[in-house]
Amino acid sequence: MHHSEPAPSPLVLLETMMLIRAYEETLIGIAAGGNAPGTCTSVGQEAAAVGVVHALAARDRILTNHRSAGHLLARGAEPGRMIAEVLGKRTGYCKGKSGSLHISAAELGVVLTSTIVGGELSLAPGVALARTMTPRDDGIVATFFGDGAACEGVFHESLNLAVVWKLPILYVCENNEWQAFVHRRETMPMAQVRDWAAAHGLVAESVDGNDAEAVHAAAARLVTRIRATGEPAFLETLTYRTRGHFEPDDQSYVDPAELAAWRARDPIELLANRLRAAGRLDDVHLAQIRAHVRSVIDEAVAFANASPYPEPAELFTDVYA
Amino acid sequence: MSRITVNEAIAQAIAEEMRRDSSVLMFGEGVATKRGELVAEFGAARVRNTPLAEGIIAGTAAGAAASGLRPIVDLLFAPFLCYAMDEIVNSAGKLRYLSGGQFRFPLVVLVQSGAGWAVGAQHNHNLEAWFVHSPGLKVVMPSSAADFKGLLKAAIRDDNPVLFFMDLALGYQSGEVPASEHLVPLGCAATLREGSDVTLVSYAKTVQHCVAAADTLAEQGISAEIIDLRSLKPLDEAAILASVRKTGRIVVVHEASRLCGVGAEVAAFVAEHAFEALRGPVRRLTGPDTPAPSSWPLEQAFVPQADAIVAAARDLVGTREHA
Repeated sequence: MHHSEPAPSPLVLLETMMLIRAYEETLIGIAAGGNAPGTCTSVGQEAAAVGVVHALAARDRILTNHRSAGHLLARGAEPGRMIAEVLGKRTGYCKGKSGSLHISAAELGVVLTSTIVGGELSLAPGVALARTMTPRDDGIVATFFGDGAACEGVFHESLNLAVVWKLPILYVCENNEWQAFVHRRETMPMAQVRDWAAAHGLVAESVDGNDAEAVHAAAARLVTRIRATGEPAFLETLTYRTRGHFEPDDQSYVDPAELAAWRARDPIELLANRLRAAGRLDDVHLAQIRAHVRSVIDEAVAFANASPYPEPAELFTDVYA
Repeated sequence: MSRITVNEAIAQAIAEEMRRDSSVLMFGEGVATKRGELVAEFGAARVRNTPLAEGIIAGTAAGAAASGLRPIVDLLFAPFLCYAMDEIVNSAGKLRYLSGGQFRFPLVVLVQSGAGWAVGAQHNHNLEAWFVHSPGLKVVMPSSAADFKGLLKAAIRDDNPVLFFMDLALGYQSGEVPASEHLVPLGCAATLREGSDVTLVSYAKTVQHCVAAADTLAEQGISAEIIDLRSLKPLDEAAILASVRKTGRIVVVHEASRLCGVGAEVAAFVAEHAFEALRGPVRRLTGPDTPAPSSWPLEQAFVPQADAIVAAARDLVGTREHA
């Protein structure tokens, strides 16, 4: 029996994307004031996060990368504990030892966030293998990475092993056109990663990564397939990193016309406009959502600011089990 | 007791632990091909061949370990670890800490290294110190069949990533191994021989060179104590200190090169904590800072041999006499 998760209301997708945006922009502001380390944001890529994560079940596992805030928040992570982690506070998901770059939350099934580009790809087969060796476990693993990670050798090693071992992994490539400070067109012979995945024998799809509903539909279809067959699949969300690699970043190396074109396709505005046109959203409702996510993030910042730093002795804990 | 080879001791340890704990599994290049007895007893799901891709083998082990399994992976030869450094060092070694203790990584990485098979430097490179220098890992390098078995069983039961280095020259050597359940705790050195004039500290195949040297020294009236470290991380600092406080002299012997090697740590530690007990300088006998050659005489010249250990010990004892 393989039930797919009920499709979320597009209003839920919209609100989650707005929460992620507010979270990222708030941290950018705090860092700009010198009160937090810089972060790698997911601004512009929110649709991929909410579309895929809402297609997963609670029993599924997620591995992600340095641009993980969207995946965590879509999964239901508490913004307060995330901001506390970024600020190095004891109440963070990882007691302040991760910072923004390696946040994992076992209670949410978010394991092993890797900031080594491709690290999540090397770990995913083992996490999936454990599922296959547990009787009556139809949980799958979703792993998020970018076009940059697809240029690492371990991308190919991971996909190949997942195919030959029949591992239930949804590979989600957020192709955001940027590999740190290098444009994808300088590093790959083609515009999409999908062809590499298909060459390894995976069912591979590309989708408009700025359309949350389209991402969700594609992800839900592939998740159902993975659960039924046990075989891996690949989903590429074609999107764009509309902020720099690491805050602060003046993006002086970015083609302004390209950036403007993608900003005009902002995933939040795209969905809001569609809902407006369908008569499911008006300005009053949108303002209410905006005010709500603002208050959630304000409370989160207050919680994080009020949280204590770890004791110095914490330096030496959690090295060994 | 029964007399078995080191390779048999390793096979026994793996089979016993797989029998004891259904979460133990093993994979790597040729594992299922070469360990048919394990496939027959435990099934193809728990004994797997892999592509020749060390990075994904080690990464899969880390992911599986974090998800409740206890993988043993065979990466064959130590230089191949270079392909798996990210997965072992950045993931297995660090992610427990970075997660604030949410995950643990009970895995064992098996590799062979050392002179004796003329395989040359891309199959023979004693890299153990690299991993000693990396947080979150444990490192083991035994010298006897009994220790191979007991330490491997303990490594499989350990909740942390363990690098298990197997000296190539030792695989077909035999030794007495207890017939009953035999575990050797990680982090405990073995005093193979007690002595009063000089301490010889070593691990892996050069332990035997120390034993031969101690025999020669005994004939010359010099009493050598031999410490087999067995575990390099954790390092049994107490055993080293106790011995050097007794003898006042120490020679550290290993096949890996000298610069920043395990011997450097032992020497510095002794200088910091037992300087007042030293009756002469700490001596190190190590492999040279060269790639390991293939040619038999060159390969043997690479390894500190018994006669060099005898000479170093005699020199140290002479230091006292002339002081």
